[in-house]
Amino acid sequence: MSLFALGELTLLLAIPVIGAVLLLFVPRRQTQALFSLALLASAVTFLWSLKVFNLFDGANGEMQLLELIPWMPAFGIEYLIGIDGISLFLVLLTTLLMPLAILASWSVKDRVKEYLIFMLLLETGMLGAFVALDLFLFYVFWEVMLVPMYFLIGVWGGARRVYAALKFVIYTMAGSLLMLVAIIYLATRYAQETQVLTFDLLRIYALQLPFEQQSWLFFAFALSFAIKVPLFPFHTWLPDAHVEAPTAGSVILAGVLLKLGTYGFLRFAIPLFPDAALAAAPLFVALAVVGIIYGAVVAMMQTDIKKLVAYSSVSHLGFVMLGLFALNVQGIQGAIYQMLNHGLSTGALFLLVGMIYDRRHSRLIADFGGLWKQVPLFSALLLAVTFSSIGLPGLNGFIGEFLILLGAFSVTPLWTAAAATGVVLGAIYMLWMIRRVIFGPLNQPENQKLTDLNGREILILAPILALIVLMGVYPQPFLDRMKPSVDLTLKKVFAAQAVAIHRPDNGADR
Amino acid sequence: MTLLRYIPLLPLAACAINMFFGARLGKKSAGLLACAAVGASFAIALYVFMLLPATGLFRDTLYTWLESGAFRVNVSFQVDALTAVMLLVVTGIGFLIHIYSLGYMDHDEGMVRFFVYLNLFVFFMLLLVMGDSLLLLFVGWEGVGLCSYLLIGFWYQDHNNTIAGNKAFIVNRIGDFGFVLGILLLVTELGRQGFWTLDFAELQKHVNLLSPSTVTAITLLLFVGATGKSAQIPLFVWLPDAMAGPTPVSALIHAATMVTAGVYMTARLHFLFALAPVTLALIAAIGTATAFFAATIALTQTDIKRVLAYSTVSQLGYMFLAVGVGAFGAAIFHLFTHAFFKACLFLGSGSVIHAMGGEQDMRKMGGLKSHMPATYWTYVIATLAIAGAPLTAGFFSKDLILWQAYSSAHGSQGLWLIAWLTAGMTAFYMFRQLFMVFHGGSRADPHAQAHLHESPAVMTVPLMILAVGSIFSGWLGAPAYLWGSRWDHWLGPVFGGAHDAHHGAVQTEINLMLLTLVIVAAGIGLAYLKFGRPGAAVDQGAGTGGILYRISLNKYYVDEIYDWLLVRPFTAISDWLAWVFDLAVIDGIVNGVAGGARAMSSIWRALQTGNVQHYVMGFLAGTLALLAYYLGQP
Repeated sequence: MSLFALGELTLLLAIPVIGAVLLLFVPRRQTQALFSLALLASAVTFLWSLKVFNLFDGANGEMQLLELIPWMPAFGIEYLIGIDGISLFLVLLTTLLMPLAILASWSVKDRVKEYLIFMLLLETGMLGAFVALDLFLFYVFWEVMLVPMYFLIGVWGGARRVYAALKFVIYTMAGSLLMLVAIIYLATRYAQETQVLTFDLLRIYALQLPFEQQSWLFFAFALSFAIKVPLFPFHTWLPDAHVEAPTAGSVILAGVLLKLGTYGFLRFAIPLFPDAALAAAPLFVALAVVGIIYGAVVAMMQTDIKKLVAYSSVSHLGFVMLGLFALNVQGIQGAIYQMLNHGLSTGALFLLVGMIYDRRHSRLIADFGGLWKQVPLFSALLLAVTFSSIGLPGLNGFIGEFLILLGAFSVTPLWTAAAATGVVLGAIYMLWMIRRVIFGPLNQPENQKLTDLNGREILILAPILALIVLMGVYPQPFLDRMKPSVDLTLKKVFAAQAVAIHRPDNGADR
Repeated sequence: MTLLRYIPLLPLAACAINMFFGARLGKKSAGLLACAAVGASFAIALYVFMLLPATGLFRDTLYTWLESGAFRVNVSFQVDALTAVMLLVVTGIGFLIHIYSLGYMDHDEGMVRFFVYLNLFVFFMLLLVMGDSLLLLFVGWEGVGLCSYLLIGFWYQDHNNTIAGNKAFIVNRIGDFGFVLGILLLVTELGRQGFWTLDFAELQKHVNLLSPSTVTAITLLLFVGATGKSAQIPLFVWLPDAMAGPTPVSALIHAATMVTAGVYMTARLHFLFALAPVTLALIAAIGTATAFFAATIALTQTDIKRVLAYSTVSQLGYMFLAVGVGAFGAAIFHLFTHAFFKACLFLGSGSVIHAMGGEQDMRKMGGLKSHMPATYWTYVIATLAIAGAPLTAGFFSKDLILWQAYSSAHGSQGLWLIAWLTAGMTAFYMFRQLFMVFHGGSRADPHAQAHLHESPAVMTVPLMILAVGSIFSGWLGAPAYLWGSRWDHWLGPVFGGAHDAHHGAVQTEINLMLLTLVIVAAGIGLAYLKFGRPGAAVDQGAGTGGILYRISLNKYYVDEIYDWLLVRPFTAISDWLAWVFDLAVIDGIVNGVAGGARAMSSIWRALQTGNVQHYVMGFLAGTLALLAYYLGQP
């Protein structure tokens, strides 16, 4: 316990809210002050998350920095938060991307104050969802996030922003309603068994349910998460939302929000209902692999760069899902790693697209060509991020992809082989886009006036690129901290199967 | 031995410095820095080579790269006899080509960028040959592919160049799809036996735990990767197009080093391939077929670099023929000699193109002999070497492969016969080129003729060194009936004497060698009669000759066939999925469900105020009602 006797994680959640409240007192005309204050709040949040990282014991797989405050004791609802090796890096990803996204919002001119307040509230919502360990609390954060995102798309978005925002919200809410029912049912079942009414996830983990009940509950959770990921065929809200969202919205949406879906599987759906998850694994592997291929093939034909990146996300998150449902240490470590990779590389892609959009007011591939001649730095960075995205060894993407393929191959070689075609397809659609955008003759007059990246933009991209290289060359510091928590999760899944089933454990215990 | 790490890291450091500060350093300093780094790597490699004991191995482990569960891979370099050979080729010939590039790229505004890519390539190539595990080899493998892509499309404003770059990268990725699956199968199958490793030394210890069918599957998958990187049937199509890159790149990447990575990989995993006779037979067949097929295309090409490109494909086929008959040492020997004469030929062609102001069409050349003597004479030596004239490097290495194809336990007379015919064709098309470019009268336009000049010393000196190598590099591997092979002594321990091919009679070996000389002489003679003698007609290309000629000229229409069979159907499906299926079917269902819900409920319609606050309120009320209901239950 530190400042104000609040825990580190509570402070982490509080700083963006404090920033948002302070923003209320800044006159709306002073956009410079508004931006500076928001940037400061998100930067302090990031620094504070580094302190959390520092306090975190990487050798311990259990929940750490736990905080418990009774909230609605009558219903057994608590403010219970904590962090482990799975959520740690997702929290860091969130706190890193948020100041960068705010810094990338300089071109927002309209209602800056509200915009920045929503951004900061969104950050707290996302961080809360990653650290919440009370099912009801998680649900609250999960829904709270929707509100600022709805407004970010609906107010600051493109031409069809209202349609896209409504689609995003209704689709996500429709999915999460069933999850709420399942959460409440779970708590009541736990109360029946133990006479204790609680939504405490760590305690409910211990609940052993018959297979049929597990199956219903699993699918209620899974539907909600699958829409968020998005898993094929629940993906169609994503291209719409991305195309209409402002740059920072896209960065956060792709960088963090989608990860909440995959995180949800790993934290809730799989360990709470292990038998059902194991039984459903073939279905999810199949959908993941179809998504990998489908997303890539559809991405190839897109004419709008943002849409192309959106469909590529469907493909990349297919890899994450494949890794998760391999249900072994390589697959899950790879999946978490791939979540971070996708957050960085897709975040950077959206940032770059936004930077060129600010200058050219177009995102159509056909409007570009030969940019290297005019804006070499922009082009070189776009190229570097592209190679991260298509998993070039030596950069971060390869580590995740390889571990996922390795984990999945020992369980389901044929589906994994199909998934590996995604590696070829990824090169096809990304390099085709690159060729049409930055290579070739510079023959459109509008492009001959473009200016290269400025200092602020370089400042935004530099940390992401540094991480892309670092995580490719030296992944061990990340993987080491994930491993104990991943092992623990796997233990929860397979503890139910105390009877030895012949299933390759890939040396998890060795 | 911590010295090893500096061999790859020096070029990487130079690459990084030039990337960030190259513009400030200026073209000249950046180029010199790049050359110095590779030169220093070469010096260290040479030193390591001297220290290396006959059966020894140096290793330099930096840190744990990737560990998950029981699977673990280090960043670690090793040098044994095989790697030492590759090191000398990569850094030695790489150094010469760097020097040459100082002259060749002198007038190019992108010179700094060129050297950044080139140094990065050398780094990845060194990683490829020095990595002590299959995964690290794969990192280098993909990395050189990246550099190849960047350098083919170096002059990016011309669409043809970047299309060729994309083609190279994507075709290679198709091969790598097989490669990755091969790695996965290998690591998981050994993992089942308790060994989660990709370390070469460990693999060699444990491969006998794998079942024969598993080994066959693994090696076939790995070989798919090799057909991509080393341009074999059916994935060779990218290499001729790769000639779009600057000529030093063609010499270094697309002739001397990167394209031989597939041969190196099979040789490195010889203990695995040796256990898979089915795979070996397939490799021999594909290698021979590629050698023959590419040579028939080279017969009619009119672009100076395309002839050399198909000749590279063909020579790589020879190397895989050697691999396929289990003669790994012979494959590496040909790789070694080929690096000299093919680099010499490419750099020579670059010197010609430079003098001709960028012209690559041999029909517009002719008579260059007197204008550029240094280029001419080195070109003659390299041409003799690739044709296999007696006592040149190519003579020794090609003859060894032919002999192994004939006499090895995995060899056959059929393989020998096709390889023998190919040797004749090689002599023909190379001398056809020599005559068309350097002999006869000049066919250049007057403007180009006025500018003809010999290249500066910075370009011709590397040519001379390579020409010397084109002769003497082969003397290391002379057959037993001459002065015997030092090569076998050197590489023998690596391959464990796997290829004891000298069980045939020495007399047979000599007879076969004489037969080869006959067909080589015939090829040269025919080329002289058609193109070399005074007053010979010029090959006009399109529109002349019969149907066979046209098929050869059009490269068997392989690109067109792939286009119709693969590219167009794939594009059509993709187009349909993107614009019909995804929008109308999947999203159609989503919107349909939403629309259906709206239509079915009049209450819902009444609530459609369009006011989001109302929706959220309703939503909260419903939630609380549900909550109350469940919690209210006993």
